[in-house]
Amino acid sequence: MSCVEILVSLYFIVMRASPEDPYWPDRDRFVLSKGHASTALYAVLAERGFFPASELLTFDAIDSRLQGHVDMTKTPGVDMSTGSLGQGLSAACGMALGAKMSGRRFRVYCLIGDGESQEGQVWEAAMFAGNKGLDNLTAIVDYNKLQLVGAVSQVMPLEPYTDKWRSFGWSVVEVDGHDFEQLVGGFHRAQDTRGVPTVIIAHTVKGKGVSFMEGHVKWHSRATTEEEFWQAMREIDRPPDNSPSPGFAAPGRVGRC
Amino acid sequence: MIAELAAAQGLKSVRDAFGDALVELGRKNPRVVVLDADLAEPTRNIKFAKEIPDRFVECGIAEQNMTGVAAGLATVGYIPFVTTFCVFATKRICDQVSISVAYPRLNVKICGVYSGLFTGKTGATHQAIEDVALMRAIPNMVVLEPADAVETRLAVNYAAEVPGPVYLRIARDSYPVVFSETPASPREGSGAARIQLSDIIKAKLLAHGSDLTIIALGTMTHAALVARDLLSKDGVSARVLSVSCVKPIDEPGIITAAQETGAVVTVENHNIMGGLGSAVAEVLCENLPVPMRRVGVRDVFSESGPDADIARKYGLTAEHIARACREALGAKVRLASGHEARPGSHRNMFADPGAPDAATP
Repeated sequence: MSCVEILVSLYFIVMRASPEDPYWPDRDRFVLSKGHASTALYAVLAERGFFPASELLTFDAIDSRLQGHVDMTKTPGVDMSTGSLGQGLSAACGMALGAKMSGRRFRVYCLIGDGESQEGQVWEAAMFAGNKGLDNLTAIVDYNKLQLVGAVSQVMPLEPYTDKWRSFGWSVVEVDGHDFEQLVGGFHRAQDTRGVPTVIIAHTVKGKGVSFMEGHVKWHSRATTEEEFWQAMREIDRPPDNSPSPGFAAPGRVGRC
Repeated sequence: MIAELAAAQGLKSVRDAFGDALVELGRKNPRVVVLDADLAEPTRNIKFAKEIPDRFVECGIAEQNMTGVAAGLATVGYIPFVTTFCVFATKRICDQVSISVAYPRLNVKICGVYSGLFTGKTGATHQAIEDVALMRAIPNMVVLEPADAVETRLAVNYAAEVPGPVYLRIARDSYPVVFSETPASPREGSGAARIQLSDIIKAKLLAHGSDLTIIALGTMTHAALVARDLLSKDGVSARVLSVSCVKPIDEPGIITAAQETGAVVTVENHNIMGGLGSAVAEVLCENLPVPMRRVGVRDVFSESGPDADIARKYGLTAEHIARACREALGAKVRLASGHEARPGSHRNMFADPGAPDAATP
């Protein structure tokens, strides 16, 4: 839930997306490197028209196109399969490099987690993108300060985090990850930046919008009870009798991102 | 003798053939990209770097990222050839190969150079004895090890043609040429068997024989032919099949050979677990069980040393193959005469393979 505004701003404002032709060669690419945030991406893709919203109900059921972690061979609109943390930014580098090698103008966006950036491969990719001058690549860090077992600052602190990215040759923009104006402004700055890749450090709150979830590590992958579900729905301002997103019409479907 | 004739043609460097084949392929196919992790000289992809620098991507000593970059390039239409040593291409980046390449079935070719134990005195850290097992266990993956310089060129082209992930296992050293691409019949007396692109996936018959079949993986093919010559002096008639595609493996070819000769010996420069020997055993156990022996590295880490010494100590010579053949033949004869093999009569897999006939019953 910490990355919803990031995804919405990308798919509805920033990216050249093509729900009518998900494999359009010149579309902008998005790599969800934190592949466990699949539910958030599926909801946004459905809302954007990549597949019917009713299909959200099939999430992680057998034969569903919506896998627990995103799968590019199954889901329209998913540009890379991910799930093993640390790998998505490298694939995004390859896409951005491919665009430059073939003289195409599409841009590549990659969302990584703060905890995920403890993986060494993230920094291999950061070094690569910096050295190859991949200015058509924008990474976004969903900096929600929590990882599976606890606070990032306790498990394996990242700070000074922005300095790390700068020292790898990136332009760094810090934004409030729940503020659309700041997010879109950050993306526009990235588009105007020449010669180096840009990382948008999006400060976010895990479980944003639901009082009893916000900032609590236990909601990393817990499902709601019936009662918790309806309370959460009320809090995020979606009346249960008028829910436009059938994926959220059953308990046990929230709290994974 | 086929083995001597092949050897008489001279040794040809397999990795040079790999480097040349990449350049040839790159010139005719603009989608081919080569990625390197600071091993351009030893993998011979330096030839591509010099000839086609626009499609050569230096990734530095960062194989995990190199694999992901290749995956990304494949999603936008390129055919990336990831090149490094076999050990790094498989063990070190196993999850990246599995999740970023094989799971989404991306058109990435994972190329390992320095196969098996013959890695230029580097010792166990650079000797690849698990790579075939690891790559074979990954769904969607095709696994290839060409036998010589001629087949290496074909294997590179085959890898580019077949859609999806391929693991290409390339030897460091020079080997006698056992195959010929000559369109007509092979040169008089050359001894080389004719081969074309479509043969890559087959178990290729190199020498007829009726008493048993030796099935050799890639560059062990020549040693298998030498072993056949040794056996023929004792009146044993060994058929020799060369396999360069371990996955998918030529099941009909293997079953037919087992049916017609009644015993099988596999030979590979790899651990006897998980590689060609296991693949053949899987096919035969389910279809046509026959007495079988596996020649290969007997589940131990090896050491630095000249190739010939390593081969002698770790069981990869023609003599080792011939000995395994005699054991398999003995088992076949016992089976035919109705006597089951005595319990405990089989070779102890942990026995020192260097001690001649130590474990022979």
